[in-house]
This record gives sequence, structure tokens and C-alpha cells, in this order.
Amino acid sequence: MSLIQNFPFFTIILSMFSGIISFILNGKAAKWLHLLMTAAVLVMSLVTLNWCMVNNVSYTFMMGHFPAPWGNEIRVGTLEALMAVFFALLMLLSVLGGIANLDRDVQDSKKNLFYSMLDLLMASLLALIYTNDLFTAYVFIEICTLTACGLIMIQKSGRNYVSAIRYMIMSQIGSGLFLIGLSMLYSVTGHLLMTPASEALAQLAKSGSFDVPLEVILILMTVGLAVKSGLYPFHTWIPDSYGYTTPTSSAILSSLVSKGYIFLLIKLFYRTLDFNGLENGKLLDILFVLGIVGMIMGSVDAIREDNLRRMTAYSSVAQIGYIFMGIGLGTTAGVEAALFHMVSHGAMKALLFVCIPDLVDVSGGRADRAGLTGAARRNRFAGFAFTVGAMSMVGIPLLTGFVSKYLFAAAATGALRTKMLTAWIALAISTTLNCVYFLRVVLAIYTPAPEKEALAEGAAHSPVERTAMAGLIALNFALGVASPPVVWAIRSGLSMFS
Amino acid sequence: MGSSIYTNYEEIAAVLLFVIGFLNLLIQPNLVKKIIGLDVMDAAIYLFLAAKGYIAGRTAPIVTDGILSADHYINPIPAGLVLTGIVVSVSVSAVMMALTICLYREYRTLDLDEILVMLQEQETAQLQRIQRDEREGRSA
Repeated sequence: MSLIQNFPFFTIILSMFSGIISFILNGKAAKWLHLLMTAAVLVMSLVTLNWCMVNNVSYTFMMGHFPAPWGNEIRVGTLEALMAVFFALLMLLSVLGGIANLDRDVQDSKKNLFYSMLDLLMASLLALIYTNDLFTAYVFIEICTLTACGLIMIQKSGRNYVSAIRYMIMSQIGSGLFLIGLSMLYSVTGHLLMTPASEALAQLAKSGSFDVPLEVILILMTVGLAVKSGLYPFHTWIPDSYGYTTPTSSAILSSLVSKGYIFLLIKLFYRTLDFNGLENGKLLDILFVLGIVGMIMGSVDAIREDNLRRMTAYSSVAQIGYIFMGIGLGTTAGVEAALFHMVSHGAMKALLFVCIPDLVDVSGGRADRAGLTGAARRNRFAGFAFTVGAMSMVGIPLLTGFVSKYLFAAAATGALRTKMLTAWIALAISTTLNCVYFLRVVLAIYTPAPEKEALAEGAAHSPVERTAMAGLIALNFALGVASPPVVWAIRSGLSMFS
Repeated sequence: MGSSIYTNYEEIAAVLLFVIGFLNLLIQPNLVKKIIGLDVMDAAIYLFLAAKGYIAGRTAPIVTDGILSADHYINPIPAGLVLTGIVVSVSVSAVMMALTICLYREYRTLDLDEILVMLQEQETAQLQRIQRDEREGRSA
């Protein structure tokens, strides 16, 4: 076993220990530790990705010297490494992009705790990506939830407490369902590791006994994770949680946290619950329908919302709908499109959430459309960044949003005829609605407002934030122009799953 | 089908408790009752797991009288899962209680519906203030 094969384990342990050490550091040291840790995780994940792609293999890594059916394991392949790379990259850019706002929004005495939360969040996301053990997945789901709650309530105001408690209630409902599903799966198969559990499930499926419990387990686990990631009817906590906290938190919550759960769901579908067998069931159809409804209703809610950050948060509901629609198509191409959209939505949303506060700053603190008039003329760079993000969300070619929509539309051709037509129509309607609410803001921020010129004094000029924004803009273009290697990596990683 | 009810009564109790806790967490407007619901829900899952691990007539897997055969002992893994789960649910309840205290200090009530109404009122008042300031700014 080469040294590189240990890297995924190192990334998890490194971020976890950074989180623990940050408790005793001051805010500044914790910040540097977090940035160094994320950079190290990024580099190690890149090396792992390269190793997996060159050797074209996946492997399981034994934790503590207990072999397969007893010990704990992590599993590493191209797809996991790719997700780790993007999660670390987006985490780094989101933190850097909101760093000046962070200094202002978070109390000095709480800064080290904030970075500690971010470190633990990184650890839990990495563990959710890599783990091969279901109960470990549950524990890290809870760590992820708790740290995300910390990110929401770091600004001490009544509004943030309310959104944090709403987030916690919905999340606990999701975890409760997931945990009872997990317990039933253990009682039926006798295994917690994904590989032996899936072998036991295959035997049970062949014998035809336990059909009803297996169906129940599948529904419980899927619904649990869907609730936690904010699929349409369970999305009520999203706008408040993303809309009022510090921009870094919003960017990370919307582009990373919910994606971690969806990735785990996809991994479960492929590694344990037999995705190809799922096609016969009704579950994927339900996910498909909820995804479509989410795509449309999320956009409709976004149109009715005047506050820019809440509007962007509602658009996240729609984008989660896209991802579940892709999974619900019931084909491998659909799941590939969903995985690509996870990455690309992360890039777009992080950019939007990071640049919105700069526009609000030059508008006297107002986030409604009338207040934002002319903001892009007062802060040209943030205006440009918002425009790129908005264009990407709408799906203009050369940007990553276009590639996602193209992949979804292409994947729909391989699905059943009714699903294909529904998916195409929903994509068309959703794109039109996206155009309405995003371009309306772009028009507003470029409308000249001479009476507000004086507000331009308040423009933020943090070179670090600008560099991070430029990085996110570059990422949007890069994923839009050079998507084939990423799509190829997703495809080969997904084929390693089974 | 019917006969299994008598042999699986622990599981049935666990599922009933789970549903009671789940509905409390979802429907109760009172935050403290919501947290109690959460704990009942988690406890139900631990009951389920513990019932699954127990095998009648066997003892805890601690070697004291030199018997090494696995047939003498119960399955220890569910107990380990329950312990881990308890740690998780304690920390989750603690965070939710801390949040509840913060909310009570801010709004002087434990009713989530009332808090949401108050929040809405605050927001409307703020919006009206901004609009009034703007009108006065224009006329001045």
C-alpha cells in the first residue's frame, strides 16, 4: 500500500484535530489553521484523485486492524476523491470570499469557535464522502447538522436563533428516520458495512423474503436524507437559514452541507440498496415528481421574494429539485448529471452568496430590489460577479449552469418516455422562471441611480475577498468550458461503485 | 402474521414510541415538548436496537468464567451502537435546549408559532421604517 492511499484518512483526521485545537487558539490563529488545513485537504485530495484516475482503481481502507465484517472502513475511488476536491475548494473560496464580512459579523471572542465549526464541518463532509460504514455515516450526519446549526446561529440575533431551531427540528426528523431505517437494515442483514450488507441484501432479494421490510428501510433512509437536504415539501427552513447569517455560512450551507447528504444517498443507492433494482419500485418516481415540483415551486417562491439573499436561498430549493429530478430519472446518466450539478450548483451559489453582501453594502444595507438599484455601478466587481453567477444559474453557454442543464436534458432522453417529456418541459419552465428572477435583479443593479452615488463610499475593498470571488468566477467558467474531464471522472467513479 | 405480534412486542412498542416522539417533534408548538419528543423518538430507536441484540438465556459478552464459545453470549454490537447513539442524541438535545433558552430570553415565550408571528411583526415594522425614512429623505 502506497503512502498516497492513506491520504483520505489523513484529510479526515487532520480536519477533525484542527477543529479540536481551534478551541484553545485565538481567532486569528484559528483562521490561519483553518485555511492551512483546507489547503492541505485540497492538495491531498487532488493527489488522491490523480492516483485513482491514473491507476483506475478504487480501494477500501481498513481503520484499526480489524478485517471486513467487523472493523470500520473507508472507501476511496475517483468519485469520492473528486467530491473531496470540490468540497475543499469551495470551502476555501467561500471562507476567503466572506472573510471581511466574517470579521465584522462574528464577535471576536467567538471567532475561534466559528473556525472550529468549519473544521469539524469539513471533517464530517469528508467522512460522509469516504465512509463505507453506515453507522459512521449516521454519526457524521449528526456532526454535520450540529456544526451547520453553529454556523447559522453564530450571529447572535433572535432571527438567527429562530432559523437555527427550525433547521434543527427538520434535521432531527430526517436523522430520526435515517437512524430507524439503519437499525432495521442492521437487524435484517446483520451488517453495517456497505459491501457485506449489499451482499446480504442481494441474497434476501433473490429469496424473496423480507420484501416489505426492505421497502420500508429504503423509504425511511431515502426520506430521511431527502428531508435533511431540503427536498421540496421539506424546504421551509432553507430561506431563513441561508438568508440572514454571515455570507460565508450561507455559501457553505447551500453549496456543501446539503450536497453531503445527497452524495451519501447516491452512494447508498449504488453500494448497498441496488440502484438498478430500484427502477422497478415507485420510490424513484416519487423523488422525480418531488424534484420537478421543487424545481418549479422553488422558482415561483423566488419570484415572489423581494429580499435578494432570501431569493437566492429559494433558488437553492429549485436546484436541489434539479438534483433529485436527475436521480429520479432512474438511469446512470441521470445520476451523473445530478452529481455534476452538485458541483456546479456549489460553484454558482457560493459565488452569489459571497458577492451579494458587497452589493448590499453599497446600497445602505438594503437587500430589496428597489434599494439595490444601481449597486453594480457603485461596486463594479461585485456587480460583475453577481452577473456571472446569475447567468450561470440561468444556463448561459460557457458557464457551468449550461453544462448541468445540458446533461440533465441529455440524460432524460435515456429515461422512460413520460419522464423524458416531463423532465424537458420542467427544465424549460424552470429556466424561464430562473431568467425572470435573476435577470430582473441584474437589470436593477445596472440601472443608473444618480441619487445614490454617495453610497459608493461604503464599498468594500478587501483584496482577499476579490481574489476569492475571481477564483469562483474562474471556476464557473472552467466548469463551463472544460467540463468533459469532470464528467469523465464522475462517470468512471460511478462505474467503480458497483 | 398475527402470531408474530406476540413474539415481536418489543419492536412494536419501539415503533409506537417512535411515532409518538416523531409526531411530537413535528407538531407540538412548544419547544420543550418538541425536545422531549425528540428524546422519546431516539429512545425508541435504542429500545429497538437493544431488543435486536438480546438473545434469551445468554449473558453479556464479558469473559469471566472462561467460556469462549460465542453461543453463550448476546450480540454486543447493538449495545455499542446504542451507546454511540446516546452520546449523539445527548449532544443534539443539549444544543436544542441551549437554543430554546436563547429564544426564550429573546421572545419571552416557548411557543414556536408565537415566536414566528412576533418575528413577522418585527420584519414588517422594519420595512415600514425604511420606507418612511426614504419618503422623508426624498421630501427633504
